[in-house]
This record gives sequence, C-alpha cells and structure tokens, in this order.
Amino acid sequence: MSTQSSRATARLMLSPTVILLLIWMIVPLALTLWFSTQRYNLLYPDRQGFNDFANYTRFIATPAFTAAIINTLVLVLGVLVITVVLGILIALLIDQPLWGQGPVRILVISPFFIMPPVAALIWKNMFMNPTNGLFAEAAKYLGLPPFDFLGAAPLASIILIVAWQWLPFATLILLTALQSLSSEELEAAEMDGAPPVKRFWYIMLPHLARSITVVVLIQTIFLMGIFGEILVTTNGGPGSASTTLPFLIYKEALLDFDAGTAAAGGVVAVIIANIVAIFLMRAIGKNLDA
Amino acid sequence: MARAVTTRRKIINTVAAWSVALILFFPILWTILTSFKPEAQAVSSPPVFLAFDWTLQNYIDVNEQRNYLKFFWNSVIIAVGSTLLGLVIAIPAAWSMAFVPGKRTKDLLMWMLSTKMMPAVGVLVPIYLIFKSLGLLDTRVGLVVVLTLMNLPIIVWMLYTYFKEIPGEILEAARMDGANLRAEILYVLTPMAVPGIASTVLLNIILAWNESFWTLNLTVTDAAPLTKFISSFSSPQGLFYAKLSAASTMAIAPILIMGWFSQKQLVRGLTFGAVK
Repeated sequence: MSTQSSRATARLMLSPTVILLLIWMIVPLALTLWFSTQRYNLLYPDRQGFNDFANYTRFIATPAFTAAIINTLVLVLGVLVITVVLGILIALLIDQPLWGQGPVRILVISPFFIMPPVAALIWKNMFMNPTNGLFAEAAKYLGLPPFDFLGAAPLASIILIVAWQWLPFATLILLTALQSLSSEELEAAEMDGAPPVKRFWYIMLPHLARSITVVVLIQTIFLMGIFGEILVTTNGGPGSASTTLPFLIYKEALLDFDAGTAAAGGVVAVIIANIVAIFLMRAIGKNLDA
Repeated sequence: MARAVTTRRKIINTVAAWSVALILFFPILWTILTSFKPEAQAVSSPPVFLAFDWTLQNYIDVNEQRNYLKFFWNSVIIAVGSTLLGLVIAIPAAWSMAFVPGKRTKDLLMWMLSTKMMPAVGVLVPIYLIFKSLGLLDTRVGLVVVLTLMNLPIIVWMLYTYFKEIPGEILEAARMDGANLRAEILYVLTPMAVPGIASTVLLNIILAWNESFWTLNLTVTDAAPLTKFISSFSSPQGLFYAKLSAASTMAIAPILIMGWFSQKQLVRGLTFGAVK
C-alpha cells in the first residue's frame, strides 16, 4: 500500500524519536568513556589529562568493588528466585476457582505500585526496626530477642524488600500466561489420570517457560539498577555489606566527587548490562515474528 | 466435563488466596492505618491495630510543616509532562512503523528497546555534569527531559503493539475519501487508538511517578518530587512514623488507584508485548 511519498513521510515522522534516542544513547555514553580515561575530580577541575586507565585500576582495586559485584549478583539472584518461585505458586493459587478473584488480584498487585523510597522506609521503620518494628514486637511476644535486620543482615533485608515489590510483577505476568492455557489440554490430562504434580510439570511449566524467561530478563534489567531502596535503608552499609555496583558508582561520583573513577565504574556497569541485554533482546525479538 | 470443583475445595482455595493477598497487602494497610494514629500510638508496644484515637492531625502537619503540596505538584508536573511530551514524539513514530513498515522496522524497534537496557549509573556522571553546566540541576524541565528520553522506547513500543492491531484498510478507506495524513491520524487513527493510548499514558505516569534514580540524584529542593520528599524521612532525626505514614499514603494513593485500573495493560506494556 505504501507509495514513495508515504515512505518519505513515514521516515520523517520516525526521525524525531530516532534522533533523540541516538543523542540520548551516544552522547552520554561517549562522555562516560572519555571521562573514564581522564583524571577528573570535581573538586579539582584544573587537574586533567589522560591517566593511563588509572581510573579502571583504581575502581577495580577499591575494596568495595568485589563486594559490590558479589552483592549485586546476590541481590539479583535472590530476588529472582523468590519472585519466580513464589510467583508461580501464587499464580497457580489465584488461577483456581475461588470467591473474590478480582479483589485478590488487586491486593496482590498493589506492592508493585509503591514508589521505592516509600516501600523501603515502611519496611525499615515499621517492620524491621529492632526497637519498635512489628517484627521486633512479634519476637518479643514469642519471647525471642529482637533481630536487627538492616544492621545484622542488610543485604538479605534489602532482598526481602525488593522481592516484596517485584513479586506482584512476576505473579501478574505468570497468571496472565496461565489463563491463556487451554483448559481442554488440562482436562484431557486429568481424564487420563495424570496427577496434579505431573500436570504441572509436563503441561503448565512448559507453557509458562517463555513468560518465566521474560520475567527473569526484565526483572534482571531493573534489579541491576536498584538504587533508591539502598539509599534510604542502609546507605550501602554497614561497611560495604549492602553496596551494589550502582551504589558504588553513585558514591564515587556524587559523594567522593571522583568523576573519572565513577565513569570507569559506569563503563563496567554498561558492559555487564549489555551481556544481559543480548539475551533479553533475543527472547523478545523471537516473539516479534509471531 | 467442565472443571467442576467441590464447594469444599473452593472454600480452601478462597481462604488460601485471600491469606496470601492480605499478607502481601499488609504493609500498605499498616501504613494507611498508622497515618491516622497519634504519634505516640504509632510506636506503642504492643501495637494497636484499630482501637486507637483516629486523627487527621498527621495529614494536616505534613501539609503545613513540610510543604507537601509543593513536592506533590513537582511529581505531577514531572510525571504528566514527561508522558505527554513522550506521546507527542512517539505517536508519529509508532504510526509510521505500524502502517508503513520497512525492511528495517524490526531492527529499529529492537534498537530502541536496547537503549532502555543502558544502566542509568553508566551515564550518571555526564548527565550530571551536562545538567550542571546548563543550569538544569534541580529543575522540573531537566527532569521532564530525562524521564521522557528514558521512557520513550516503552511509549513507542506500547503504541506500536496497539496500532498494529488496527486494520490498515480503514486508513486506506479514509485516504480514498480524501483524508490527508493529518486528518487520517487525527480523525481516524487516534479515536480508534484511544484505549491503547490511554493505557500507555497510565503505565508511563506510573513509571515516571515512581522513578527513583534520576529524581533522587538530579534534584535538591526546588524540583524535588515525592520520591525525594519521602527519602528525606530516612534521617533518624525528625522521624515520626505517623507523619511518615501520612506522607507515604498521600504519595502512593493516586498511583495505586491508577495501577488497579491498568493492571491488564500493565502486563503487555512491561513485557514489550511479549506476554498479552
């Protein structure tokens, strides 16, 4: 249907988006690359020049660097495991015949809409606080000593908070996928006498496979950038016990004013994100043909 | 045979599902309840669930002492502004890819998506410095621009998946009747695409409202939205649970309600159409 002129118009209409995204993608990234090779401290703007990739060696040699990489991995994997496993179970449960499915869905999805600082502060103050949080009250009631969640197990506590925020996302997507499963197939299996576990393993799980992939990949992208939750709960501490890669870079840049080293960290973060992105793009790209 | 279940089974399902739902919702419920407590009862031990002296004082205090409204308006302006600006840029792009697809359309879509994969920290330093030299730090204009660019790929993608479902023949018929491109988009496409555009707007406002990297790092006070305002409660001094709860309740209420309405479209938007 497209004529020569309509093609030209189409290109014209596409260009603002393409140009803006190109600028947004290339200019900051090029600057990050440039800064990462330069001596550049915001407090001493006159000291500049190429510094033999010292920013990279300095960033990687920071004692917190290894911790940050491990913490980022633990955070991402921990949240993924919790949200996917519980997400499948809750989706299966809500998919059953029950009264009030609508309200249940609404309650379950709600944590996803809570802005990160609010979510983190609710948990930090009203639940995890060792003197007057609800968990401490529960421990007192049971005659146990209170547990200082964010002091003694900062990363695990942050994983709990973030998992609470992302569990609804996993549940909602898996539920949507479950509801598109044809009931005939399940009934046939039921008539053939397949027990529930087998029905789940051989029919439901393969059907859910793609949605699980999508959940894992999209969550990974967002989880690798978790920032606000850490800022308002532990500020990366104690020590570097809950410092992740984004948080470490933020510290270098805006607290230590070392723009060069922070930029080097940024390049590291971009490389890691790209490795994940390649997998995500493949999963989504495959679906685009269908 | 339909999947008939016994009433007993249905009761068990209902109890189990409601229990899970209430556990997940409880932190939000607790915050809302705490926001109506006097400050002393907010930290009382053992905690009081409902039998406290209900008060609106916290809402009044947060509004009067902490200037809540200023932050609220910043959030509204930033979220709505970046969404509308994104929409104006994205509608023509999504239109052209959906109705005049070329050989490269798919590559282009994937490339747009890939810009979303760039971690924000990767460009924190240059964006911060550019903003500083342009005087955009702590301005609403600056944040609107950043959030527009950040969410532009999602807006284009969502609109594209909705536009794809509109039959091209209708547009052709309009063209035969002499409609020009502008009329075609304004009077034929847009009305049909309203539901899709509406859910794109909703999802994008939710994402922009809750964005907590750029809004925290690029603002100080003037342009600070609710994310920054709530974060200011993280310091131990001046921490009052009931007031924090009142501020939190006001910050999440509009988005929570919008989210409930858009949950169906949410799946599609957040998975870039991969799960419908």
